[in-house]
Amino acid sequence: MLEHYISLSVKAVFIENMALAFFLGMCSFLAVSRKVDTAVGLGIAVTFVLTVTMPLNSIIYRAFLASGAMAWIHPSLANLDLSFLSFLTFIGTIAAVVQIVEMTLDKYVPVLYSALGVFLPLIAVNCAILGASLFMVERSYTPGESLVFGFGSGIGWLLAIAALAAIRERLRFNNIPSGLRGLGITFIITGLMAIAFMAFAGIQL
Amino acid sequence: MLRKLLDKQGKAFEKGGKFEKLYPLYEAMDTFLYTPGDTAKKPSFVRDAVDLKRMMFTVVIAMTPAILLGIYNAGLQANMAIDAGLSQLDNWQMALVQMLGIGFDPANIIACFVHGLVYYLPILIVTFAVGGFWEVLFAAVRKHEVNEGFFVTGMLIPMLVPPTIPLWQVAVATSFGIVIGKEVFGGVGFNILNPALTARAFLFFAYPGEISGNSVWVAVDGFSSATPLALAAEQGMSALTQDPHLWYNAFMGYIPGSLGETSVAACLIGAFILIVTGVASWRIMLSVVIGAFAMSSLLNLVGSDTNPMMAVPFQWHLVVGGFAFGTVFMATDPVTAPVSNTARVIYGFLIGVLVILVRSVNPAYPEGMMLSILLMNVFAPLIDYYVVKAHKKKRMARYVG
Repeated sequence: MLEHYISLSVKAVFIENMALAFFLGMCSFLAVSRKVDTAVGLGIAVTFVLTVTMPLNSIIYRAFLASGAMAWIHPSLANLDLSFLSFLTFIGTIAAVVQIVEMTLDKYVPVLYSALGVFLPLIAVNCAILGASLFMVERSYTPGESLVFGFGSGIGWLLAIAALAAIRERLRFNNIPSGLRGLGITFIITGLMAIAFMAFAGIQL
Repeated sequence: MLRKLLDKQGKAFEKGGKFEKLYPLYEAMDTFLYTPGDTAKKPSFVRDAVDLKRMMFTVVIAMTPAILLGIYNAGLQANMAIDAGLSQLDNWQMALVQMLGIGFDPANIIACFVHGLVYYLPILIVTFAVGGFWEVLFAAVRKHEVNEGFFVTGMLIPMLVPPTIPLWQVAVATSFGIVIGKEVFGGVGFNILNPALTARAFLFFAYPGEISGNSVWVAVDGFSSATPLALAAEQGMSALTQDPHLWYNAFMGYIPGSLGETSVAACLIGAFILIVTGVASWRIMLSVVIGAFAMSSLLNLVGSDTNPMMAVPFQWHLVVGGFAFGTVFMATDPVTAPVSNTARVIYGFLIGVLVILVRSVNPAYPEGMMLSILLMNVFAPLIDYYVVKAHKKKRMARYVG
């Protein structure tokens, strides 16, 4: 069991890296990667939200949304299939958790709160987080598995954005062709990073 | 005489001259042949004579043994296969060797060398022509100088590819490596990934048929010869220990493989030159080896019934594939490696660990050197960042706190 969880988390961090294998969560990945400290802060916030929302969504999906899931309430509900509501429900859960994170950061870490700016509430619509929940449905992860998977994907995303931010800090004094400065070169870096991350592609765990 | 010729031509390239646009090309020729006469005009002034040019040239000298042995080995492998009765490839390279009338005797050193050379030289020429084109184009448009960094990249790319690679692929990969890997970041010294490795990785993912597998390493028709690394991955250690001379052969470089990467002995000579002259960091080389040793011992200990690569001991990992070549010439690239010494040790160690990990657990790639170095190139700035930060914290605690 433990071995299964370890291989699942390794898979989530490296082999199926949210940012560099699926290119999810790109908007904040590109926008908040100017400084390492801010990037790491956002990465931790994303990791936290992922770790909390994934098992939550998993439980909600298994208890209410999946086809016939509500049979435990009353036998007459056994034919009900509410999975068409999953997008709405998942986003609702994510938004609620993000709200809590935001209020906590505002109160206890105001520096990080102001550095993250608008991107903190935008975590609510971060594709990496909704994407992870949808992977959970598609691959029918149990709540325990989704906890591990959520944490792993968060760490993978954190690693990717921290590496990108460090590279961009190093590039600050580069004489980059004017047409490529800013987002252009960041896209190219992301592509090259993805090539490097292909070292893990194909590993079977 | 050459000096006079250059000076005479120089006028045409200076501002207002006929070939003003091509000044970088002239400048490169000039400084390559002579020490430039101009001096620094504003601070900072450095009195040490070691400049980029000399560093790069030392690297090229250090690579020479590996190149020469690689050329010889490419010919040797092909000649041995021909000797065993296989038909020759029907291409112009073969026609050239036949025209020279040297023959295909594997015992004849010169015949092997010439045979290797007819494969190596075209790749080298294409690399330099294509790479040089991009380099001069960017230098002309962006008004900077052509840099010797390209010289090293241009020497490295032919060493990383199998002898039978189609030349147009060399051209495409060189373009990708030079333009996307280096020039868009502002040229030499600004790139985040090693350009030669970027080119190799591009080839690897874009045209896997011509750069991996068993049939590409020897320039003979229909001859399929697995590299020892692939052998170990498929059949386990017993395939390696069957031939008692194989370890020695792998150490010396007489095994199928890319043009320059097969010989550990030649790489050791290169490593010696690089370390003595202080061009490459011995910390990186040493920590790569230690990392690989730790990881392979760990995997040996864990073992596996289904995966024969897990049981391959360290001394074999050391001599097969591109491990030695990558450790000496790629991982130590001063531009893409971290700057601080602590970071370098961490960086090297992680490369070593990753190489063995990718070789052992990833069935898609038997060779992990290229990708692990690229991956650590990506993380090098991050390691640097945290090492510097930890150092600052330590000093703060010592003096301020």
